Amino acid sequence: MSVARFWREQPARYNLWGTECRECGKIHFPPREVCPECQSTKLDKEQLGKDGEIVTYTVIRVAPEGFEKQVPYVIAVIEMKGGPRLTAQIVDAKPEDIEMGKKVKAVFRRINEDGKSGAIYYGYKFKLAE
Amino acid sequence: MTEKEVAIIGVGISKFGELWDRSLRSLIAEVGIKAVKDAEVQPDDIEALFGGNMSAGQFVKQEHVAALAMDQSALTPKPAMRVESACASGGQALRAAYMSIKSGMHDIVLAGGAEKMTDVLSSTTQEALATAADQEWEAFYGVTFPGLYALIARLHMERYGTTRGQLAQVAVKNHYNGARNPSAQFRKEINKENVLNSTLVADPLRLFDCSPITDGAAAVIMASKEKAKELVSDPIWVTGSGAGTDALALHDRKDICMMKSTKEAARQAYKQTNKKPEDIDLAEVHDCFTINEIIALEDLGFCEKGEGGRFTEEERTALDGELPINTSGGLKSKGHPVGATGIAQAVELVEQLRDNAGDRQIKNAETALAHNVGGSGGSCTVHILER
Repeated sequence: MSVARFWREQPARYNLWGTECRECGKIHFPPREVCPECQSTKLDKEQLGKDGEIVTYTVIRVAPEGFEKQVPYVIAVIEMKGGPRLTAQIVDAKPEDIEMGKKVKAVFRRINEDGKSGAIYYGYKFKLAE
Repeated sequence: MTEKEVAIIGVGISKFGELWDRSLRSLIAEVGIKAVKDAEVQPDDIEALFGGNMSAGQFVKQEHVAALAMDQSALTPKPAMRVESACASGGQALRAAYMSIKSGMHDIVLAGGAEKMTDVLSSTTQEALATAADQEWEAFYGVTFPGLYALIARLHMERYGTTRGQLAQVAVKNHYNGARNPSAQFRKEINKENVLNSTLVADPLRLFDCSPITDGAAAVIMASKEKAKELVSDPIWVTGSGAGTDALALHDRKDICMMKSTKEAARQAYKQTNKKPEDIDLAEVHDCFTINEIIALEDLGFCEKGEGGRFTEEERTALDGELPINTSGGLKSKGHPVGATGIAQAVELVEQLRDNAGDRQIKNAETALAHNVGGSGGSCTVHILER
């Protein structure tokens, strides 16, 4: 991934900035230009909290490039407070401790890097809340 | 009464598999020649080409493949257009060709699909396939394509009681059918234990829940009503063509266990043909992963939501069942050269409706349906074919 491509998404990747629709109140993550719920273009910036809940999850055993050393790792769809959903890793937990419906909290972690001397990409991962 | 205005009058398909001695261009030319011969038309009769291809740029570093197809098939200077919709590129090419005839623009066209996936390392192939997912908000965080379908499978199992054994049954059935298809990549029957003992890829999905990486191509010649009746005695009519879309990222779907794109595409195709799910005699559905055949059964209306696993377990979708699904072997056993798949599905249905399907022939089939999905459900096409 090019550095510029990563850099322009930093507010969402680092601090979970999304948008909220002024018309229907729907919260989107990452930020959108048009509300998928009511098609309004009147959207305000909105920061998600750190709290979410596991909707579904899997354990990746065959990883894409750059993730090979992390296998097996847990990937989940997480529903954040206020409704928006995202896909992220769940870390610092054994796969067998993961369950649907469990509460999770966002943490700031290294995601991937461009080889040995390239940029390091950071962003959100999640930990079990209890 | 269904409108019979657009027909398939010729089909061609290559062997599917790891074809190290074959290039993208040789596969394209092979199926074009076969389809033209089968239709008994002259190459000069072909007015245009619509070619489905997901990612020749990533798989063989070649873009501009519609022009390449015309060049290699000796069809220049006629127009050609590449159609891309990830794994539904073939279905979309079929639809584009259908629309070109339905609009009155053309009388005879070629709809093709091709993908050459084994010229690069399998890690590169996986990466290329993953570009059908949302690059910024899914792939960036380490989710793979099997991973996305595993997220669907886990939720479907939890919510509807779908079992591991029911998922395995999809693969067992499709391999049974594929063993009877000379074009198929894996012509070998398997049993449930083979599936349940295969390597875990992304829990709960195992290797034998996944369609393979495949080289292959397929083509059909389509014609207007007048031309079809003039040229062949057994035209197969494309009476319905639907397409739909949904959020690119799985997590943005209203319901992770339901594909809105499939529902919309099916709604259009059923409406155009004035048919209901119970009128369908057989179907080719997009079993890129076993869970997706189960979801397709539900979203196409063949059974209630959540019942797809049990419907499969009761062998109602088997070759001798009430609604045979994936008689070709499906993506799982026949193989999944992504851009070719939607066209290959149509080829299988034409062979079935012409009573030309050999050991896997379904008796007295009149109406058949093809369901082709892009990515994890971001796009879909549904076509209905009739004798």
